[in-house]
Amino acid sequence: MFQLDLFLQAIFSAPLFKGALLTIGLSLCVMAVSLVLGMGLGSMAGSPRRSVRWLVTLYVWLFRGAPALLVLLFVWNGLPQISEVFRASWFTPFVAAFLALSLIQIAYLAEILRSAFAAVGRGQQEGAAALGMHRWQIFLVITMPQALRIAVPALMNEFISLLKTTSLATVISLKELMTVSQFAIATSFRFLEWYGAALVYYLVIVSVLTLAQNRIEHVLSRGYR
Amino acid sequence: MNTQTAIQVAGVNKWYGAFQVLKGIDLTVNKGERIVICGPSGSGKSTLIRCMNRLEVHQEGSITVSGIELTNQLKRIDRVRSDVGMVFQHFNLFPHLTVLENCTVAQRWVRKLPKKQAIEIAMKYLERVHIPEKADKYPGQLSGGQQQRVAIARALCMNPSIMLFDEPTSALDPEMVKEVLDTMISLAADGMTMVCVTHEMNFAREVASEVVFMDGGQIIERNSPDILFSAPTHERTKRFLGKLLH
Repeated sequence: MFQLDLFLQAIFSAPLFKGALLTIGLSLCVMAVSLVLGMGLGSMAGSPRRSVRWLVTLYVWLFRGAPALLVLLFVWNGLPQISEVFRASWFTPFVAAFLALSLIQIAYLAEILRSAFAAVGRGQQEGAAALGMHRWQIFLVITMPQALRIAVPALMNEFISLLKTTSLATVISLKELMTVSQFAIATSFRFLEWYGAALVYYLVIVSVLTLAQNRIEHVLSRGYR
Repeated sequence: MNTQTAIQVAGVNKWYGAFQVLKGIDLTVNKGERIVICGPSGSGKSTLIRCMNRLEVHQEGSITVSGIELTNQLKRIDRVRSDVGMVFQHFNLFPHLTVLENCTVAQRWVRKLPKKQAIEIAMKYLERVHIPEKADKYPGQLSGGQQQRVAIARALCMNPSIMLFDEPTSALDPEMVKEVLDTMISLAADGMTMVCVTHEMNFAREVASEVVFMDGGQIIERNSPDILFSAPTHERTKRFLGKLLH
């Protein structure tokens, strides 16, 4: 049966805490890089050049289509077969997971940001251009803040989804939350307590993110209330 | 082009795909002149005014503003835009910035002015359009007329020598039209060079040095408001004015 003391022990155990930190760290890294690159890709989707738009479509098609598990395994096992570079010691499970999940996340964020950019009316760019602002200034000061406001709920959804997808990295033996729980279970057979403890971690992290989302939405919606 | 010329449009043709929106437009605006452009929708009047600060690109002919010919060269476009203010039908204020920030953002980023100076200039022009007390509000909290006056102040903050107005009162409730027109009239009284696309005939009568009537991408006729409104030469102008005035 479920033993409360074992459950509490599991929650406060160092490996699980470290696993949670790794999960958070990996998610943050992936999200940060994907936001920047997704923004680039998302704005390229509006390029007047057909070849550029085609390239964006191709990328999004590929990495939205490929299952995360497959990409993870491909990056971890496949890349070292392709090139010497990936056989060196820097290519850790963390780096592989970061790379694989970023490739996927960029595709999703590009789609979200593309539509968010499109939702900011042309008049905004024209108003700024008529004042003599340059394209990158308009992007940074006028378009991006407004697009982010529109995109925040969807971006947060993606972030939460990503946080849980990191658990797949257990297949490439990254010591994140789920891997640590599985290890503990393999020796103790205390399924309920360890899965329960891992669940608590996920729920706490997601709760914090939800609060952060409210806060961010509140700040970005100044002027719209 | 002499030194008295603010804007010179010569032989301008423009197409959207196969559709020709501007057909051989010639128009000279002298410094201090106030030109009102009117005409039915689809006549190309908005397109023409938007070509004057290169929000739209013309394919043939030349447009010279403040002595600078508009080409694809970004430097030229920058110089023209720094000398030309524009007011839009839908205001195009930045909804995520306060009224004051709307007026300072370009001063800070384009003119690189220090914050304090930018705020001083912004407040000066917000007072000029009679809404300094709204400086800390967001555009969404203002009425249409107030928003349009902020848009005028925002453009004036860049110290332009020419102002373009693209149907500035068309999106406003009737009772708010006057406050915007009054602001524009006071600008005209100060000698600002203005090009204004509008159907406000009373405004045209009061301030326009010349009224230009466009239809089908062409300038049909141009004259002083008194003559154009009372004795238009062309049949099309007569029909248009007849509908507008009754």
